[in-house]
Amino acid sequence: MILVILAILVWCLGWWLNSRLANSPASKTRAVQLLVPAIFGITVLVVWELLVRGLAVSLVILPAPTVIAARFASSLPILWEDFAQTILKGALGGYLIGCGAAFLTAILVDRSDFLRRGLLPVGNFVAALPIVGTAPILVMWFGFDWHSKAAVVVVMVFFPMLVNTVAGLRETSAMQRDLMQTYAATYWQAFFKLRLPAALPFVFNGLKISTTLALIGAIVAEFFGSPTVGMGFRISTSVGQLALDMVWAEIVVAALAGSAFYGLVALIEKSFTFWHPSQRG
Amino acid sequence: MKSLVAVLTVLAAIIAFWYAACVPMNIKGVLDQVERAGVEVTPATAKERRDRGEIGLVAQNTFAIGDTWVQERPRLPAPHQVAVELWETTVEKKITSKRSLIYHAQVTLSATLLGFAIGTGLGILLAVGIVHSRVMDMSVMPWAIVSQTIPIIALAPMIIVVLYSIGVQGIIPKAVISAYLSFFPVVVGMVKGLRAPDAMQLDLLKTYNANTNQGFWKLRLPSSMPYLFASLKIGIAASLVGAIVGELPTGAVAGLGARLLAGSYYGQTVQIWSALFAAAILAAALVALLGLIEKVVLNRMGVRA
Repeated sequence: MILVILAILVWCLGWWLNSRLANSPASKTRAVQLLVPAIFGITVLVVWELLVRGLAVSLVILPAPTVIAARFASSLPILWEDFAQTILKGALGGYLIGCGAAFLTAILVDRSDFLRRGLLPVGNFVAALPIVGTAPILVMWFGFDWHSKAAVVVVMVFFPMLVNTVAGLRETSAMQRDLMQTYAATYWQAFFKLRLPAALPFVFNGLKISTTLALIGAIVAEFFGSPTVGMGFRISTSVGQLALDMVWAEIVVAALAGSAFYGLVALIEKSFTFWHPSQRG
Repeated sequence: MKSLVAVLTVLAAIIAFWYAACVPMNIKGVLDQVERAGVEVTPATAKERRDRGEIGLVAQNTFAIGDTWVQERPRLPAPHQVAVELWETTVEKKITSKRSLIYHAQVTLSATLLGFAIGTGLGILLAVGIVHSRVMDMSVMPWAIVSQTIPIIALAPMIIVVLYSIGVQGIIPKAVISAYLSFFPVVVGMVKGLRAPDAMQLDLLKTYNANTNQGFWKLRLPSSMPYLFASLKIGIAASLVGAIVGELPTGAVAGLGARLLAGSYYGQTVQIWSALFAAAILAAALVALLGLIEKVVLNRMGVRA
């Protein structure tokens, strides 16, 4: 009971601290802007820990953060193996193939007005579909190993990437294209010097959307069959054994991998599109 | 009109490619079958055929091409097989039948819609809170954005099992997953929308001596509508994925996800494909419905979208 009251107190303290910080004159500084969400996150973790202990919540329902952290630390080799299997092989492999193929297709599509008119609505339509459902089919075709996961990822990232790249390649204005023409630029010169740079913000938007999709595809595909390694496999078997601390440890890995993957693409974007208004701010 | 022709051409090309792909995909199964029926094929035994390329086999056994489109359990069913299966399991079966896709779709759809309603409701509430409270904005918003880069769907099996262990089952666990997936897109989109009015418009309301409440109902909420609908469309697609994935780990007996899983267990490829298409049609219909509502609402509000 004391722990529960303590949890409520911690919550109030965290909130009070944050409201003081947010309404203080220093709230515009970078440090405070990082500090406030950090305090919020730590408060949530502490309250979680105290509540789980105070109410004696069973491990089967919700393990405490410290239990998860302990499990995370003690099973690093397994987690790394799963990470390598699912993220490095499945998700990353599929991501590179899918985005690369979509990018090349977009360049081809862009050369023909007819193709663009036909493919864009279809691509937009397909991008909204629950493509994860193709997982059982692709697992059947490509076997249980990471190849089938990569195939699911390819199918999932292809259309969002295609639609974004095609839209990006249309970004130049008639004036800019005319200027290139007056320079007697060939198609490829105009492409590399004008249209590709102009398309980059869109391309990176597609790449960023695809990072999350890639992880989702790789993990969900493992629910349909996998070798005895991989994050999706570990999650579904650990859930079966009611080893929820292991499940949470995998979710921590997935969260870290997802944010890192996204952050990496965002960093690359920053160095490529430094000239764009959204990056200068 | 020109676009319509282009779209139809692309669709026709896709279907033609699909038929063509069926031939090499299914040729081995077909040859095994006709060999058992006593027809002469080259090479003669399944063992010799195993390591041969599919294209080569097709070239040597051209008579079997027609059979690759009508197999019982093909690796890749032909479009018309899927269409026939879809027709039979939707129109010709009674809706109450366990084999009717409409029955399964309705199971998934009810979980999707319930979850979507909960997720968007909570999402809009949180967005309103974020816009009106600096503390919430600074504490919660970064986490809401970060959470979008995380494959939340990995949580799905756990949510189901945990809820089951405390005695909640049926539609609720799936709806929770759906709600969770549609929640964050709506929060992020809605916050953007509620912040869309520029300083000039906010100042105008101030000169009218409008209070926060009036400013919300008369300015912020209306101007957030286009953003809201854009994120609702993302949200409903995510909800449907959530409901389908939510059906996987429990071995649910009803729902489109259950059809997918059962099909993959028993090698019923036609069943998988038809469930997949049913899910796709459902998603398209939901998004189209939202698009229609968007048009009506924005028209009534005088926004020409």
